Amino acid sequence: MTALAEKRSGAMAAPEQETVLSVEGLTISVRTEAGLRPLVSDMSFTLGRGQTLAIAGESGSGKSITSLAIMGLLPPPAVRVTGGRILLGQTDLTALNDEAMQDIRGNRIAMIFQEPMTSLNPVMTIGRQLTEAIEAHESMSAVEARSRALDALRAVRISEPERRLRQYPHELSGGMRQRVMIAMALALRPDVLIADEPTTALDVTVQREVLDLLRDLQRDLGTAIILITHDMGVVAEMADHVIVMQSGRMVEQGSVEQVFAAPAEDYTRALLAAVPRMGRGAATPAAPRASQPPVARLSDVEVTFDLRSGLLGRVTHHVHAVAGVSFDIRKGETFALVGESGCGKSTIARAMAGLVPFRGGIEIGGKRVDGTRADLLATRREAQLVFQDPMAALDPRMRVGDLVAEPLVIHRIGTPESRRAKVFDLFERVGLTREHVDRYPHEFSGGQRQRICIARALALDPKLIIADESVSALDVSVQARVLDLLKSLKDEFGVSYLFISHDMAVVENIADRVAVMYLGQIVEMGSRAQVFGSPIHPYTRRLIDAVPVPDPRHQRKPLERLATEVPSPVRRVGDSPARLPLRNVGDGHLVVDWQQDGIPT
Amino acid sequence: MTDANFPEIRQRGTLARLAQRKLALLGLFLIVLTVGGAILAPYLTKYGPEEQLFDGLTIEGAPLPPGGEFLLGTDLLGRDLLSRILHGARTSLIIGVVANGLALIIGTVVGVTAGYFRGWIGSVLMRFTDLMMAFPALLLAICLAAIFQPSLWIVAMVIAIVNWVQTARVLYTETTSLAEREFIAAERALGAGHMRILFLHILPHLVPTIIVWGTLGISTTVLLEATLSYLGIGVQPPTPSWGNIIFENQTYFQAAPWLVFFPGVAILVLALSFNLVGDALRDVLDPTQRGRD
Repeated sequence: MTALAEKRSGAMAAPEQETVLSVEGLTISVRTEAGLRPLVSDMSFTLGRGQTLAIAGESGSGKSITSLAIMGLLPPPAVRVTGGRILLGQTDLTALNDEAMQDIRGNRIAMIFQEPMTSLNPVMTIGRQLTEAIEAHESMSAVEARSRALDALRAVRISEPERRLRQYPHELSGGMRQRVMIAMALALRPDVLIADEPTTALDVTVQREVLDLLRDLQRDLGTAIILITHDMGVVAEMADHVIVMQSGRMVEQGSVEQVFAAPAEDYTRALLAAVPRMGRGAATPAAPRASQPPVARLSDVEVTFDLRSGLLGRVTHHVHAVAGVSFDIRKGETFALVGESGCGKSTIARAMAGLVPFRGGIEIGGKRVDGTRADLLATRREAQLVFQDPMAALDPRMRVGDLVAEPLVIHRIGTPESRRAKVFDLFERVGLTREHVDRYPHEFSGGQRQRICIARALALDPKLIIADESVSALDVSVQARVLDLLKSLKDEFGVSYLFISHDMAVVENIADRVAVMYLGQIVEMGSRAQVFGSPIHPYTRRLIDAVPVPDPRHQRKPLERLATEVPSPVRRVGDSPARLPLRNVGDGHLVVDWQQDGIPT
Repeated sequence: MTDANFPEIRQRGTLARLAQRKLALLGLFLIVLTVGGAILAPYLTKYGPEEQLFDGLTIEGAPLPPGGEFLLGTDLLGRDLLSRILHGARTSLIIGVVANGLALIIGTVVGVTAGYFRGWIGSVLMRFTDLMMAFPALLLAICLAAIFQPSLWIVAMVIAIVNWVQTARVLYTETTSLAEREFIAAERALGAGHMRILFLHILPHLVPTIIVWGTLGISTTVLLEATLSYLGIGVQPPTPSWGNIIFENQTYFQAAPWLVFFPGVAILVLALSFNLVGDALRDVLDPTQRGRD
C-alpha cells in the first residue's frame, strides 16, 4: 500500500519536486447520536516542497477541519479521523499519539490563524512568545533564541524589530500582529505552513503586503504552504494548485490556471462568477440622481473621543475619529463610504443613528439629528442601520418574527394583527418564508440572518438604510445574493443606501457615488465612474490596486511598501488635525490636495 | 390575517420539556415532598416538636438512637427528632425561599441598574455594594437582629440584606458586557427606550445567572439562619429550624451523630433539589439550546 501510494504521489507531483505532505483518502467524522457523520470525505492531495496549495470553499465546506486534522488538533472526542492517511515524509500523522504530534507541530508543520489578536497571548511580550516557541523545539541558550527571534521579525519586515520584542500584542496593529504570527510560524523553518484565512481579518492594503511577504518567504525558504481561503482573488494570486471543496467533498482540483480558465464543475463556475470583480460595475451607468432632493445631509461632522490619563483622570488626548466630514445622499442613491479600519467610516454610521455624540450638523429626511428623545425617535424612523455581523445584531433570545416587528412596536404603529401581516410581507420580500417567523436567530444561516436584519430595517419604511459592512462577513455567493436583494429593494421601496465597506470591488458593483476616507476625513469623492475610472488621489489608487484580482494571468503592479504605519488619530488636547479642503476637479469630482496632507504617495 | 394562518411550528411547551428531564423531576419531587411534609407536619407525627417526652430518654438521660418508637431518635431533651425536622422545614423553607428571593430581587435591581446606566448612578450603587461586601456579614446581621425584635420575618429580612451583595456584583459585571453587545446598539438605533431594553433584551439573558445564584443561595441562607439561631438572634428556641437543630446538638456529635446527620441531610437534599430544578430550568428557558438535547 505504501509503495503504491508513493508511486501515485510521485506521479502527481512534478518530477523535480520532492513531496512533503501527502493526504490519502482522508475522512473525518463527527460522532452524533445518529452515529458517525462525515464532515470531510475521501480527501486526497500531495504537496511538493515550495508549492502552494489553496483549499477554497465556503464556510462549512470542511476546509478548516482538514487543516486541523493535519495539525492533529481536531476537537476531541467527538471529531476524529475515521479513514485515510496523512503522510509527512514517511510518517503517518494519523497514527501518532499526542506527544509525538507535539514535536511535529510548530517544528515541521506550523499554522497561522485568521485572527492574529486571539492567537497571541495578550499578557506576554512578543519576544517571550517568539523565544518560547523556538525553545520548545530546539535546545539553545536564551541569548541565541533571542537573536533567532530577532532574525524572524526582520524576515517579516517589521519596522523597529528590537522594540517590538518588548511590546505586547495590543500595542501592534492587525497587520503587524499577523506578521508576528508568520514570524513565529516560520522561525523554526517548518516544511509545511498552514495558513487558515490569514488575511481575511485584514484591510486590503495590509492583505496585499502580507500576501507579498508570504510569497517572498516561501521563495527564500522553500516552505510548502496550504492556504485556506474563501477568497478566489487570493487563490488566483498565491496558489499553484487549487482544491475546491463543497460540503466536505473535493469538487474539483487542478492547477490554478486550469481551474480559473476552464472550471469543470458547475459549483466552481458559480463560485468564480460570484466573486466581485473590479471593472465590471463601471459598465452599467449610474443613474443620474443630481436632480433628486437630498435624503441625508452631513455638514462638517466631527466626532472625538476623550482619552484620560494621569492621577486626576483629566482629558489629555482626543481621538479624532471623524474630523470634519460633509456630504449628502440623494433620494434613491447608493452612497458608498470606503476606507480601511480605523478611518472613521463606522463612526459616521453610528453618529447618524444617534448612537454617538457629534459636533456639526446631520439632517435626515429634513429633520436634524439631535439629542432630545422626540427628535431621535423621529430621525430613527427615517434612517435604519444594518450591522456587519447579523448574529451579533439580533437578540438571540427572541423569535425573529418578534425582532422584525419590534420597530413597529417601539414606534407604536398598527395593531398586533397588522404588525404580524407586515412581518409576513417583509419576510417574503427579503426571500424568506412565513414559516420562518417563529424561529430563533441561531436556526438560520449567515445570509438568512442578514436578510432578517434587512427586513427589520425596512419595517418602518425608512428613507435611508445605513449598511455598515453588511456583506463583509458573508461568503461570496451569499454576498452576491444579498447585494442583488439590496439593489432590488432600492427600486421597490425607493430607499437610499449609505453603504460602508472596505471592499473596493463590492463598492464598485453597487455604488452610485463614492467617498474615500482616510484618517477621519474624505480624501476623494465623486461618482463611481469618476473615482474608479480616473482615481486621482494616491490613496484611492492604492486601495484599488490592492484588491486581489481573481485571474492567475493578471500581472500586478508591485505595491510600494509603506515605510511607516498609518498615522494615529490620537492627538493632544488643542492640537486638532488640519482640515483638508476638497478641490473640485470637474463635474463634482472632489479631491484633497495631497502634497500637504502627509499621506505617503 | 387571523390566527389560523400562523404556521404551527411552535415547539412543545416549557413544562413538557422540563418533564423530559429525569433529574429535574426527581428534584421537583423532593421539593414537593419537603413542602408537603412541612405543611402536614402536625398530622404526620405523634408528638409535638416542643414536647419533652419522658420515654424519649434512656434511664441515664441519654437521647435515643433512631428506630423503634422514635423513627429518627430523640434529642437531648427527649424531643422527637422526626417531628422537629418536619416542623423545622417550615422555618427553613420560609427562610430559604423568602429571604433568598428578597436577596435576589435587591441584587438584581442594584446590579442591573448599575451595569446598564453606569455613570454616577452605577458608581454610587457599586461603591455601596463594595462597602457591604467589605463589612462582615455576620456582624451586620447581629447589629440588625439586635435592633429589631427577633422573629422569623425579621430574620428573613436580615438575611436578605446581608446576602444580596454577591448577586449584585455578578449581575453588574454581566450587564456591563451585555450592554456593550451589538444587538443592544441595534435596539437603541431602532429607538427602543431604556425600560424596553432592560426588560426585553437584558433581563432574559441574565436568567441563567439569576437561577444559579438563586439555587446556590438556598443552602447558604438556611445555614446563615442556623448561625444566627446559634448566636441566639435567629429563630428563637424552642421553635425548631434545621439550622438550630444542628447547632443545639453539635457538641454531642460523637455520642449522638443522628442529631446532626438527619437535619444535615435535609438541608443537603433541599439545596440539591433546588439546584437540579434550577439547572434544568436554565436549559429549558434558553431558546438557543432548543433541539440540542
